[in-house]
Amino acid sequence: MNGFFDIPSDLDNTYFGLIGLHLREALLPVLVGLLAALPVAQLCVRFRWLYPPVLGVTTVFYAVPSLAVFVVLIDYTGQTELTVMIPLAVYSLVVLVPAIVDGVRSVPEETLAASTAMGFGPVRRYLQVQLPIAVPAILAGLRVAVSASISLVSVGALIGNQGALGNLLADAQKYGRPELAVNSVLTTAVLAVLCDALLVLVRNLLTPWMPRGGGGRRPKQAAERPEPQEAATR
Amino acid sequence: MNVLNFVNAFFSDSAHWHGYDGIPQRLLEHVQYTLMALGLAAAVGLPVGLLTGHTGRGGNAVAFVATAARALPSFGLLVLIAVVVGIGLLPVMVPLVVLAIPPILVTTYEAVRSVDPSPVDAARGMGMHESSILFRVELPVALPLVLSGLRSAAIQVVSTATIAAYVSLGGIGRYIIDGLYQRNYEKVVGGASLVAVLALVTLAVFWAAGRLAVSPGVRRR
Repeated sequence: MNGFFDIPSDLDNTYFGLIGLHLREALLPVLVGLLAALPVAQLCVRFRWLYPPVLGVTTVFYAVPSLAVFVVLIDYTGQTELTVMIPLAVYSLVVLVPAIVDGVRSVPEETLAASTAMGFGPVRRYLQVQLPIAVPAILAGLRVAVSASISLVSVGALIGNQGALGNLLADAQKYGRPELAVNSVLTTAVLAVLCDALLVLVRNLLTPWMPRGGGGRRPKQAAERPEPQEAATR
Repeated sequence: MNVLNFVNAFFSDSAHWHGYDGIPQRLLEHVQYTLMALGLAAAVGLPVGLLTGHTGRGGNAVAFVATAARALPSFGLLVLIAVVVGIGLLPVMVPLVVLAIPPILVTTYEAVRSVDPSPVDAARGMGMHESSILFRVELPVALPLVLSGLRSAAIQVVSTATIAAYVSLGGIGRYIIDGLYQRNYEKVVGGASLVAVLALVTLAVFWAAGRLAVSPGVRRR
């Protein structure tokens, strides 16, 4: 295909510039979402009655289409990256809260009792016992959040070229160059797969005690939880 | 509240309740797209998930397919197929089905695989055929989780089916896209709240389906 990497000049960016922009617009919101989700999840673990209403509210947030949120936000934040990143942060929060609550709740009572007996205070127990044991569940949530976020940034193209790689889609239509759309979809997909692989690597590094290798019936506790949202509302 | 005023204005305008651009018609179109995409995705995801979950083999393949499908951007696929094939139902259905397959496939696989092995062994010891083990022992126990995968897929499809309007089809997305180009926030907010309501209805439908279909013995746990 001719002109596959020939980025139209109206985007005012290079191919790698677009990739960098895309990653920043996708990953910063996930980071913010994670930082916000940790205390919210901790509250839901501490006060059990809080969890069902929180789940209900976040599901409704999740259902509102990103484009609608972008359009409404333009009034407040203008046609900027921030307008794209705010809803993405909210979506990440929605995916991560159940994942973290699930992970932290899966820590066995005996483990908590043992850490208390060893003289761990609540803060140290949370940081050194509960969070590490919840890492597989949290990382499963992060994987879903990151790939959703990378995919959704493209929609920002509709509010005036704020979609990084997604802007190529708009240009593909504007200039009748389908190869730009192919480029956008492929590059976005490759980014998502690479980030996913990176997260798997991080999980394996953070949980050296977990059994490795797939196949066969593994016990429930060791099973990876690929869809944290479901497991939580079961 | 700014947003609430928009919602009120949108729903109290009687022009929004009649004709081809009326709320009933757009809702109907939206539900049609959603059911079609969900049906296609379930036709692929459920059998494959049940089979891989039952045999316990192919877990890595399931995870790979799910990761690959999640990596594909819905909006990008829509535009790409619309540019290549032209405008129609196909550019809408492909991204929606791709979006719905991972939650259905992964959750079904995980649900069947994590069924308590002792009743399954007991069924096998009683001489039950493999297919009856799957449909009469494993599936009833796994049903709540399988339904939750379908529910999660349904909510994502309800929300994402709005992109159909971008390739000049109907659905609730019509209000959001038209509102965007007309700078008519009332329409955008109205459309968004319709989608949110539809998502709540979806939740209610799946809750009811769970009450009806899940055996009381499984539900109690």
